[in-house]
Amino acid sequence: MADLSTNFLGIKSPNPFWLASAPPTDKAYNVERAFEAGWGGVVWKTLGEAGPPVVNVNGPRYGAIWGPDRRLLGLNNIELITDRDLEINLREITEVKKRWPDRAMIVSIMVPCEEQSWKAILPRVEDTGADGIELNFGCPHGMSERGMGAAVGQVPEYIRMVAEWCKQYSKLPVIVKLTPNITDIRYPARAAKAGGADAVSLINTISSIVSVDLDNFAPMPTIDGKGSHGGYCGPAVKPIALNMVAEIARDPETRGLPISGIGGVSTWRDAAEFIALGCGTVQVCTAAMTYGFKIVQEMAQGLSDWMDEKGYATIADFQSRAVPNVTDWQYLNLNYVTKAKIDQDLCIKCGRCHIACEDTSHQAITSTVDGVRYFEVMEDECVGCNLCVNVCPIDDCITMVRMTDGADPRTGKPIDPDYANWTTHPNNPMARQAAE
Amino acid sequence: MTMAETTGVKAKRLSDAEYADNFSDIHPLLTAHEALVEADRCYFCYDAPCMTACPTSIDIPMFIRKIQAGNPVGSAKTIFEQNILGGMCARVCPTETLCEEACVRETAEGKPVKIGQLQRYATDTYMSRELPHPFKRAAATGKKVAVVGAGPAGLSCAHRLAMHGHDVVIYEARPKPGGLNEYGIASYKATNNFAQREIEWLMQIGGIELKLGQRLGTDISVESLAESHDAVFIGIGLSSAYTLNIPGSDLPGVEAAIDFIARLRQAEDKSTLPVGQDVVVIGGGMTAVDAAVQSKLLGARTVSLVYRRSREQMPASRYEQELAAAHGVHLVFNAKPVRISGANAVESVEFEYTRQDGANLVGTGETVEIPANQVLAAIGQWMEAEVGELELDGTTLARTPENRSPMPYPNVWVGGDCAHGGEDLTVVAVEDGKIAAENIHKTLMA
Repeated sequence: MADLSTNFLGIKSPNPFWLASAPPTDKAYNVERAFEAGWGGVVWKTLGEAGPPVVNVNGPRYGAIWGPDRRLLGLNNIELITDRDLEINLREITEVKKRWPDRAMIVSIMVPCEEQSWKAILPRVEDTGADGIELNFGCPHGMSERGMGAAVGQVPEYIRMVAEWCKQYSKLPVIVKLTPNITDIRYPARAAKAGGADAVSLINTISSIVSVDLDNFAPMPTIDGKGSHGGYCGPAVKPIALNMVAEIARDPETRGLPISGIGGVSTWRDAAEFIALGCGTVQVCTAAMTYGFKIVQEMAQGLSDWMDEKGYATIADFQSRAVPNVTDWQYLNLNYVTKAKIDQDLCIKCGRCHIACEDTSHQAITSTVDGVRYFEVMEDECVGCNLCVNVCPIDDCITMVRMTDGADPRTGKPIDPDYANWTTHPNNPMARQAAE
Repeated sequence: MTMAETTGVKAKRLSDAEYADNFSDIHPLLTAHEALVEADRCYFCYDAPCMTACPTSIDIPMFIRKIQAGNPVGSAKTIFEQNILGGMCARVCPTETLCEEACVRETAEGKPVKIGQLQRYATDTYMSRELPHPFKRAAATGKKVAVVGAGPAGLSCAHRLAMHGHDVVIYEARPKPGGLNEYGIASYKATNNFAQREIEWLMQIGGIELKLGQRLGTDISVESLAESHDAVFIGIGLSSAYTLNIPGSDLPGVEAAIDFIARLRQAEDKSTLPVGQDVVVIGGGMTAVDAAVQSKLLGARTVSLVYRRSREQMPASRYEQELAAAHGVHLVFNAKPVRISGANAVESVEFEYTRQDGANLVGTGETVEIPANQVLAAIGQWMEAEVGELELDGTTLARTPENRSPMPYPNVWVGGDCAHGGEDLTVVAVEDGKIAAENIHKTLMA
């Protein structure tokens, strides 16, 4: 049995699955249920400063997009930070941590960008016995209009400044939660590191309008005829999150900075992918909001089964293993030639590969052979793009097969076993000349 | 309360509730949720096999995608463009041997997309809303076309002709239009007077006059219609059933399955219909299955469906066979009737077992006697009609690929079951009528 336990910034948890700061972690009742179900840790829903709490809208707070059979693919929310009294939250955090000492308890915080505000709240959080804090610099809606959340996360100088305050006024490990609503995620990550943050977590939600009500011509969710952009999350955002995680993991300036991965983690496989790109833990919200807390059991058991199968005894055994393989396009091997191959025994003859290739790609798949419906790759036309694989409804029916000898029937050029990339390609005007 | 033990041929074998339940819709309309879940299963195939398998070439992936995209009305329009009787075809088509057999998910999982039920969802949605008829008539051409027979072929032909701006008169022998849709389909496939409602809806196109009680040979003739109209379409179906030519086939209790089915369809109150305690249905097509299942639903104690050839050769699909079996019909294969016995009415049918000897079906000499007080013969139908000098091909009307009668009248088209090569399928008849109408239009406007 694989050991799923993690030690992230010295914070131990029995597995890498934490619930992200969000509605599922807003109060003791939910968090206790989560721990009972098996979650390794939680990031308590973001606390604001003392005094009257924020208020939420009383209309709909979520919008969504769905795949077939109404499977939830993307969720958008306009909920703000906790709308419960600070004192109640602090008391509950203290109690829950006491009852569940083996679980990670991180507290998310968002207060105005003033030193005094942070100085005031940090000791209060520390007093709860929590294991760490997460700075919410990511929330893209509502709070950002008040100069908090993403409004801070979009300005690297602010990130650095607040991180410094937190390190100054608290002994707790500091995780900076990054917003994806920027152009280059490396800058805020570098700022967090420069400010002394112990880790970053990402991504927070993406600014979004999920749909428009065509009867009332208003964004969804609609509150009395109006809508506002929300924060987008769920399986649909995973590719964006993975890329941003990888960018930070391989950036020479932030390499080695611990990362808690967030963004559409729905199965053990998603978690394994985030960890392979360098994450020490993952945070989950939408999957729990869709299926309930029990989902963690599939995740933990699935990860464990996969690790057993692959011979990884601990999370560290495969953590960051994919990072060295993330590279720039210019370093990809241009001598690597693949051709699509259709397994005729698995093919159900839907023809989607043909029409995708015919209409939108390289006209490399037949629709009939000798007058009979038959889908076959014409290797002299196939550029190896992989579109057919992606539109095929059957697993493994179409695979990409590497050519290792002979000549590429499309170009007529012999297969070159050596690696060669764009930087030295003759068509590249910027190609570096080999030294004389 | 069941009174199935009553011997002989009797009505009121079941309680009112049992009749109502037995003759309710066999495949109730999908709910919006069910339709969306099912529509999501469609892969939107290229050059879709289902579409190729549909005799009317309905763009099935497109109509399903429209359901999926929340546009069931548009979906119905896609269906009606190819098949104006798409609502009835959704109910009666043997989809398991047509579109659904060809569905790639049948290949993938042995579970095709429920195309027939989705088609019904779309067409019923359209027809249940107070929407204008989906097609508009073209400018009047001044041409007049006679359509003989208000069955699927004739209705389809008439609608397409009217759409092209021609004036159409339909001549129908029976008191109601619809042909097989009205008289020849199992009740549970077209409940709620659907055949008549569909025809009323179809007639909204305008330009179609319906004349009932007009029988070829007595009230009208091919020759006179050909003279008084610019074109004539004959779609009179196969009105007469073949009779069993064995000793005892004239005994009371023996009748044609199509007459039994027609009576059943026309009966407002099914409890008034007499049915035998023990029923034997002879034949292997859909009519045989419809008669057998409905005998059971009327309260017969035993129903045997006896087919002279093997299960594999049975024209009724495996689905239809299983439907019959599920209703308690006893399926007997490789047995041909040799004698019907009884004192004053039928009491039993004797069958001889058969085997295939090359191309020939031969008796084995071994016999079996099945008790019966009602025998329904479903061994095929023929065209009993006065068709003047129209050329025949065997026992049906000869036709060109454009569904034109080759001789001797230059302006007569034919289609549906009465035309050579007819397949005894509503959907094929609809296509015949459509092809004929397009060809008539082309010819008249040339």
